[in-house]
Amino acid sequence: MLLKSLSELNGTSGAEGLVRNFLRQQIEPFVETINVDKIGNLIATKNGHLPGPKVMLAAHMDEVALMIIEITSDGFLKFRPVGGIDARILVSKPVQINESLVGVIGAKAIHLQKRSERQKALSFDQLYIDIGAKSKEDAAKKVKLGDYAYFMTKCEPFGEGLYKGKAFDDRIGCAILVELLKQDYNFPLVAAFTVQEEVGLRGAKVAAYHVAPDFAIVIEGTVAADVFDCEEEGWVTELGQGPACSLMDRATFFNPELIQWVTDIARHKGIPLQFRRGGSGGNDAGTIHVSKAGIPTIALSVPCRYIHSFASVISEKDYTACLNLVHELLKELPRKLEISSMDKEAKV
Amino acid sequence: MDLDFTILEQLTQIFGPSGSEERVAEFIANQLRPYCDELKTDTLGNLMVVRHGTGKKIMVAAHMDEIGLMITHLDKEGFLRFTPLGGVRIPNLVGQRVKFSKGRIGTIGVEKLDKPSDLKLDKLYIDIGVSSREEAEQIVHIGETAVFIGDFVESESKIISKALDDRIGCFVAIEALKRTKSTNELAFVFTVQEEIGIRGARTASYSLEPDLAIAVDVTATGDTPKAHPMSVKLGSGVGIKVLDHSMITSPRIKRWMAAIATERKIPFQWEVLEYGGTDSGAIHLSRGGVPSGVLSIPTRYVHSPAEMLDKRDVEAAVDLLVALLERATEL
Repeated sequence: MLLKSLSELNGTSGAEGLVRNFLRQQIEPFVETINVDKIGNLIATKNGHLPGPKVMLAAHMDEVALMIIEITSDGFLKFRPVGGIDARILVSKPVQINESLVGVIGAKAIHLQKRSERQKALSFDQLYIDIGAKSKEDAAKKVKLGDYAYFMTKCEPFGEGLYKGKAFDDRIGCAILVELLKQDYNFPLVAAFTVQEEVGLRGAKVAAYHVAPDFAIVIEGTVAADVFDCEEEGWVTELGQGPACSLMDRATFFNPELIQWVTDIARHKGIPLQFRRGGSGGNDAGTIHVSKAGIPTIALSVPCRYIHSFASVISEKDYTACLNLVHELLKELPRKLEISSMDKEAKV
Repeated sequence: MDLDFTILEQLTQIFGPSGSEERVAEFIANQLRPYCDELKTDTLGNLMVVRHGTGKKIMVAAHMDEIGLMITHLDKEGFLRFTPLGGVRIPNLVGQRVKFSKGRIGTIGVEKLDKPSDLKLDKLYIDIGVSSREEAEQIVHIGETAVFIGDFVESESKIISKALDDRIGCFVAIEALKRTKSTNELAFVFTVQEEIGIRGARTASYSLEPDLAIAVDVTATGDTPKAHPMSVKLGSGVGIKVLDHSMITSPRIKRWMAAIATERKIPFQWEVLEYGGTDSGAIHLSRGGVPSGVLSIPTRYVHSPAEMLDKRDVEAAVDLLVALLERATEL
């Protein structure tokens, strides 16, 4: 299963190589050109020779992880997050460092903590990775500063059509892009598998500039907070209710007219759709839509519970609906873009 | 100078939160159609008003968008939850009235609070006077935006209104284009999405590639009781920006602006703003860099429904902008 393989690969911001190589193999039979740009984005093109508007699909390859920043005198590893990670979820979890090294995230046991320490959740400063090293020298043989530590969760089905695993944000987008590249559309289509989204939407900024598309669709994993003890107004998205169309986040105000277009097509094709309800967060659309003279951009996300953690949860139904919806949107796009350019001329 | 402040009144009362500036653009296009050679909108919705000339290409930017709110949730009883659009001050929201694009008005209410410091965004809701989700859905939908209500009030020397940030900049630009006899290539851009991240100015400056850019926006003042120290005062002239969080003005530009103001006896004051930014922040970094300056209108209570400015500062701003457009070749 494609998503399982993608989810279990390790690749955080700035270290997307394994994911990139895997994706390259997956898409090679279906595209005309593949290249890796200077920042590390994997860019694949179909129908590059056709005239007409160029459409870019974007999904980011990087996942959140930890970076080793210090080896203590007794051989423990201090770390910092790469991307947004809640420090409270880390203690007592195993992590993968480099190819063959496993460590455990440790902290002082509760009976050794001072009363004041017990009142507060553990912070990055109090946590460390234990790789069983006896000394600083011993640890330094296996790890160097700047190495990454990854969540090590197998991707597995559970419940009714649900999957748990790490890195669904945004390997699920990558999986959807691969499936879409197997389809045929009658316009130039560029798939951008981007780097460094989690640390500031950086790969997408570079990709949008040199691809210079006429339209962009960002495919993401996003927060679903439809869980115990959360009020409905704070859910953002809900598992099993279809892909979430972005309205606004910290990086983009999505064009209401394009949102209406997405809504109409979803309704017409009977594909479930929800809105991403909340203004926080951001995704690759943030840098794409303001590239050059501006690029019309939409974002569709598969809802993920416990995003940015060891085990996110998604619904297969949402994945399938998201794939189907983007496919339908792509079929309609040439007509849509033709109408928009006519509208614009009429306005002037 | 005779400025027609009824145009400003109309500008301030048009619905135009970030991302939904179309009505403001339409109004401005109608104002300026007789005074330009070309009118166009771009992908993000910026309105570009071009008058051809032979000298430098000068971009004048003022943003059309105002702060507002976006609906994120409708509950069973028909109350709406929302997220802010731009720099909205959460503690000031309780009791404010908001207006949706089709005219529906609501009031902002708050849940019971255990202590005043619990007043956070998630405790607030909009009440549009309906009693069920179904009834609410007939009127608003998730993703719809709203603006604050703040009437336009004019006295001898002052104006109070919502959205003076930055319809006053639009007004100054409109009046300057009507008056200018500049023979330079002029591109007046009425930008979108400034309040949520200076986004429209970024794409507009990329496509226009100007030789010089002047943004017109409001700035804060330090002339109210126990205000944060700032030397800008209402009624003391147009502000020439020295610095804000998005740009430090090149000495060449600010000296040029000040020299012309002095020569024409236009009152001006140096503006050092320790927070915030405006369109020039994005424009001056466009492509290989664009020489940029900012004319600021001193305004009290910015981002409230009752912003206040002095009409004499507006006159000074129009005068200086007109003069700068004519003298750009000396730069």
